[in-house]
Amino acid sequence: MNAGHSTASEGGASLPIDGRDEKAFGFWVYLMSDAIIFALLFATYIVLVENTAGGPGGKELFSLSRVFTETMLLLASSATFGMATVAMVSGDRSGVVRWLLVTFILGAAFVAMELNEFAGMIAAGAGPDRSGFLSAFFVLVGTHGLHVSAGLIGIVFMCVQVVTKGLTVPVASRLYRLGLFWHFLDIVWIAIFSVVYLPGVLDG
Amino acid sequence: MLGRLTIDALPFYSWVAMGGAAVTVLGALAVMAVITWLGAWRYLWREWLTSVDHKRIGIMYIVLALVMLLRGFVDAIMMRAQQAVALNSQGYLPADHFDQIFSSHGTIMIFFVAMPFMSGLMNLIIPLQIGARDVSFPYMNSLSLWLNAAGAALVLVSLVIGKFSTAGWSAYPPYSGIEYSPGVGVDYWSFAVLISGVGSTMTGINFIATIFKKRAPGMTLMRMPLFTWTVLTSSVLVVFAFPALTVSAALLEMDRMLGMHFFTNADGGNMMMFANLFWIWGHPEVYILILPAFGVFSHVVTTFSGKRLFGYTSLVYATTAIGILSFIVWLHHFFTMGSSANVNAFFGIMTMIIAVPTGVKVFDWLFTMYRGRIEFHSPMLWTLGFMATFVIGGMSGVLLALPPVDYLMHNTTFLVAHFHNMIIPGVLFGYLAGYQFWFPKAFGFRLNEQWGKRSFWCWIIGFYLAFMPLYVLGLLGMPRRMEHYTIAEWQPHLIVAAVGACVILLGILCLAVQLIVSIRQRDQARDLSGDPWLGRTLEWSTSSPPPVYNFAIIPRVDERDAFQEMKENGIAYERPDKYEDIYLPKNSPVGIIVGGFAFMFGFAMVWHIWWLAIACALVIVMALMVLSSEDDNEYCLTAKEVEQIENARYRDLAKAPRIILPESEEIVPGAPIQGTVR
Repeated sequence: MNAGHSTASEGGASLPIDGRDEKAFGFWVYLMSDAIIFALLFATYIVLVENTAGGPGGKELFSLSRVFTETMLLLASSATFGMATVAMVSGDRSGVVRWLLVTFILGAAFVAMELNEFAGMIAAGAGPDRSGFLSAFFVLVGTHGLHVSAGLIGIVFMCVQVVTKGLTVPVASRLYRLGLFWHFLDIVWIAIFSVVYLPGVLDG
Repeated sequence: MLGRLTIDALPFYSWVAMGGAAVTVLGALAVMAVITWLGAWRYLWREWLTSVDHKRIGIMYIVLALVMLLRGFVDAIMMRAQQAVALNSQGYLPADHFDQIFSSHGTIMIFFVAMPFMSGLMNLIIPLQIGARDVSFPYMNSLSLWLNAAGAALVLVSLVIGKFSTAGWSAYPPYSGIEYSPGVGVDYWSFAVLISGVGSTMTGINFIATIFKKRAPGMTLMRMPLFTWTVLTSSVLVVFAFPALTVSAALLEMDRMLGMHFFTNADGGNMMMFANLFWIWGHPEVYILILPAFGVFSHVVTTFSGKRLFGYTSLVYATTAIGILSFIVWLHHFFTMGSSANVNAFFGIMTMIIAVPTGVKVFDWLFTMYRGRIEFHSPMLWTLGFMATFVIGGMSGVLLALPPVDYLMHNTTFLVAHFHNMIIPGVLFGYLAGYQFWFPKAFGFRLNEQWGKRSFWCWIIGFYLAFMPLYVLGLLGMPRRMEHYTIAEWQPHLIVAAVGACVILLGILCLAVQLIVSIRQRDQARDLSGDPWLGRTLEWSTSSPPPVYNFAIIPRVDERDAFQEMKENGIAYERPDKYEDIYLPKNSPVGIIVGGFAFMFGFAMVWHIWWLAIACALVIVMALMVLSSEDDNEYCLTAKEVEQIENARYRDLAKAPRIILPESEEIVPGAPIQGTVR
């Protein structure tokens, strides 16, 4: 066994999580490439935002209070993930699982609210096939939602690993990268809030 | 149950298509029969298909590329044959079939020949060149390979079941939309491109991490071999450009499958957005392919001139400058979109500027050759052929960069001649030079020189015959992609072009003969030293083929041409005092399993077999979970085993002939025949 792979750290000893190690570095590069996907979807949205083809625009469709709640849920989930990381660094296994579960609940609530918003829009005849604007809206926001859902699966998966394997070095390293992913989605959401919802409500 | 897949999907519509399908199916069956007859399934599975060794993955990529090159070339020669005879007649191909052929030719050549060939060479060489034992993420590497293979398999299957796209390799809407292309062709195109694109993105991530994190101690960035620099730049371009391809193909599918309006004519779509997104990927893609070939040329030129590279620093800066500029020229692919004059002028000027760093490179190679002892081995011939031919293509490119000229030439065969004039010498000659150059490293024996040279001459003569007439035809006003025509003046040029394609066919046959002859005569061409060309960089310091761990002791690098320096100082083949245990990744079937299910997923999506698509997606997610939660995936090669392998290596070295190193008079092991001069 490779020495780096077997050091389990239990009860108090801090874990050697290095944000510059090979895997974290590779993950940062992946995040850059994912950021480009979002950048292009944002560009697409901005090109198509006026193209409502006689259908409803942002002003009729977006509700600021709902989006505000969604934003708070996601921001809070980033904070709780941060708490999970703090617990991980101090070797607190149950703390990690507890905070991850809180993060999961917040993230799931966010996804549920988003699905609810989508369902409402589709029921009102404002689905993605209605206009170029709505296609761009659904795909941009939906891609973010899919990412959050993948993150939720990742959280469950990591909980199982923390419980069954403990906070070993590979588990901690995976958790660290999942954290990067989760915070990244938070940043993307802030961009969605400021590019899609806020201008949509203001002047639609 | 089977979506829109019915018996009508079989190609009964034309005997040519039926023949193509038969060749594909029989070819696959023949390969399987041979493997069964040799009893090699178990060996193949254990040693190759599940391998995570970068060298084997590299070889498998190149095999994939060469197989697909054959298929792509058959498309090419069929088009040339059609156009040579289709004056005032329908020729032998129905229009619909001709359209499929030019679409699949472009798709295959870019995505499934050039990309895997490039990935293959970089897999094979980069870890060796930077003194590493493997890439950063060997499992992801295997995954990349099999996703690429899955995409290629989708294109091949489209020949047998259903039809391929008729919308060209760039699939512009609105024609590629559901309204005008209701069949499965465009779906085959987009899923092949999407699946292989994910693989390519992962390769890019892998090689950025490998080059940044796994270099041998002492190898600073400015001491990296030039091929490593070009692969690094190209990988950065992959990571930043491929998302654009993913987005454009995915949004096109959203339009097609879910009735959305990204690129439609009506309801608020914007079809020119597709062209923009596609070429935001497509232009960097040209440099993604060409930069590693520039790296190969740099190594070939220095090695066969017996000199260090002229202007290393300027080559590095030129490479990175091309990398950056490649992102701000995309609009020159569609000047006729109708942007304002200022926008077109910006992109036109940028396009001309990108010729400057490229020119710097050509001069650096020329000065490297200047007063060198040039040996005309076949890799050097490909390089020289590239330099002469590529400059012509570059000049026609600068011509097209002028928006007013482009308005005249747009969509003519002048453009076809131009980009083949860049890609064939720039990319294909480069990869073939790399194939000839590094083949002994991969297999332990050299390729036959004579057949290599014959292949080169056929390729270059065939190239000029096939593509120079297209420049003339473009100036005469012949649009590209014409299935038949009524202007008699065009025909002689098209006949010459068809003859050129036949000469290129001879070049491909020579490559095949070269491989067979070389395998048969391998005992006379053994490379016992591991350094058959008196190379200058670290990959030549290992045995040929290298041991699974590449380096028993990770080398220390103090200079640019690290191995050359070691040889000059007489420390190149020093035995270490003792060996250490080496940990290596175990083989894993996850890559090929995910690749297989990705292929089925793509097929299911193309034919709207939703249950199968969902099932495949679930299997893929689960396989990736298993892979990513694996903690104990390394095995240990003990110091003793390493010592045995190294002892065998030193016995071979002792048997290798001695060569006098020209620069330092040092006597080193080399290959038996070293050309004419040494």
